[in-house]
Amino acid sequence: MNLWHELIGRLPFEWAQFGFMRTALLAVIIVSPLFAVMGTLVINNRMAFFSDAIGHASLTGVGIGVLLGLADPFWALLGFGLILGLGIISLQRFTRSAMDTVISLSMSFSIALGVALLSRGGNFNKFSRYLVGDLLSITPDEVGHLLVIALLVGGGLLLAYNRILLVGLNESLARSRGLSPWWTQVLFCSGVVMVVIMNLSWVGILIVNSLLIVPAAGARNLADNARQYVLYAVAIALFSGITGLVASYYTNTATGASIVLVAIGCFVLTLAIKAIRSKLGH
Amino acid sequence: MSLARKHPMNPHQDHHHGLAPHQCGECCTTLDRISVTFNGHRALEDISLHLHCGELTTLVGPNGAGKSTFLRALLGEVPYSGTIHFLPVFGHGREDAPAVGYVPQQLEFDRASPLSVRDLFACALSRWSVVLRRSRRDGRTVREALATVEAEHLIDRKLGQLSGGELQRVLLALSLTPVPNLLLLDEPVSGIDLPGREMFYRMVSDLRQRLDLSILLVSHDLAGVTVVSDRIVFLNRRIVCSGPPAAVIAHPEVRRAFGLDLAAAILPTPAPPS
Repeated sequence: MNLWHELIGRLPFEWAQFGFMRTALLAVIIVSPLFAVMGTLVINNRMAFFSDAIGHASLTGVGIGVLLGLADPFWALLGFGLILGLGIISLQRFTRSAMDTVISLSMSFSIALGVALLSRGGNFNKFSRYLVGDLLSITPDEVGHLLVIALLVGGGLLLAYNRILLVGLNESLARSRGLSPWWTQVLFCSGVVMVVIMNLSWVGILIVNSLLIVPAAGARNLADNARQYVLYAVAIALFSGITGLVASYYTNTATGASIVLVAIGCFVLTLAIKAIRSKLGH
Repeated sequence: MSLARKHPMNPHQDHHHGLAPHQCGECCTTLDRISVTFNGHRALEDISLHLHCGELTTLVGPNGAGKSTFLRALLGEVPYSGTIHFLPVFGHGREDAPAVGYVPQQLEFDRASPLSVRDLFACALSRWSVVLRRSRRDGRTVREALATVEAEHLIDRKLGQLSGGELQRVLLALSLTPVPNLLLLDEPVSGIDLPGREMFYRMVSDLRQRLDLSILLVSHDLAGVTVVSDRIVFLNRRIVCSGPPAAVIAHPEVRRAFGLDLAAAILPTPAPPS
């Protein structure tokens, strides 16, 4: 950690002189690749709406945390996120309803419940930091936790990457290869919930899903195979993470939002590259 | 297991009829009195069937006859009563091979997905993440598998860029890696043009002999399957009739279901090829 601060502190930039910026930069570098890799799977398995629901559902998680009188609502968030996530996929599988309907329902429920809980006594504004997030307030200890969780989830993700892709491609095919679509989905959804929840307080509920989806969506425009897909997504996520962080310093805007805006810029660029490539007959 | 066992419910069960020399005729997947019930509605009733090595059995029948249900029971996706024995007998089967290989009906997937043919194989075959490792040995396996279906040149193509026929050939190659004891083909040629169909049937027919494979094909394409099948089973919730293609085509219920008599009445003589 000291080495990191020393190294970055030597950079000839104004922002690099501040400890909170150096810590935030480290957080971005740890988390962006994880978001990117997860995002490639989320898009391939058509779960973009699912992760969005989990993000929004955390309002209820915060509400429950407050109700229980917890100082840090993290465990309430994680618990409620897992229950809701597994609830969504169980409902979808066992009632055979359309996924978007089930998610929409669960999202309506959890947002309504969350707003109801948090607005009791007219104090909703107190919680608006969860909506927008604040990356610059992240502490070195929190970055340490982030690193541990990122390594665990990331490692698990890489181990399970093949089977998650195959289940997302076609369930019958996956089953004929000896995979259990249900358990794969349970594991994957739990992973998505963990990644979304653990990054909530610094990215914010409103845009946490964009960090998952946008880099991977951009990578899709360029990639010809799974490996390129992941590499491009990681590159876009890292680039927009670092650029967005630095830009937010100079423009004095919310960091999460700046990162997402840069990522969207990258996405538009990939669209243009794709158009040019297809024009050249690639 | 008694080879000569006949099931009283199924008088059409024809065991070991006219085996070609390449067929061992002894190993088989045995289905005994399979029934499937959905919400009190009988989807399949008392299906008993032996699927032999080196033999291509085709399942035909009207819509809603339970053909897909039958395949899903074999894949273990729906609960059924009765027994299915995948185990090869007399050591002819491949003990460590997967029970079934499966080629789905028109794979529904996201065509914009950036997965290549090589990725598809890696996902199914390798435990190492496709993102991390790309070994030369795996590459050779994929190339050899694709060569059996004349699709080697497709290895780095994206799945979404393949034509219907190419995709089915790739899926066929995948289902044969490693070679299973029973190969299930679910309407593999629907939506594929005629040359593509002929190529697919020719390959399946070759593979059956070369790999001594038992194959179960589900199809609407009666004309196409008559040529390649060793046996046709006409299913309408139960087995209506089963036997060599010529015999099944002569069965009145089959003729009615496929409008064969009607076609014969309208076209008394086959039109000469133009």
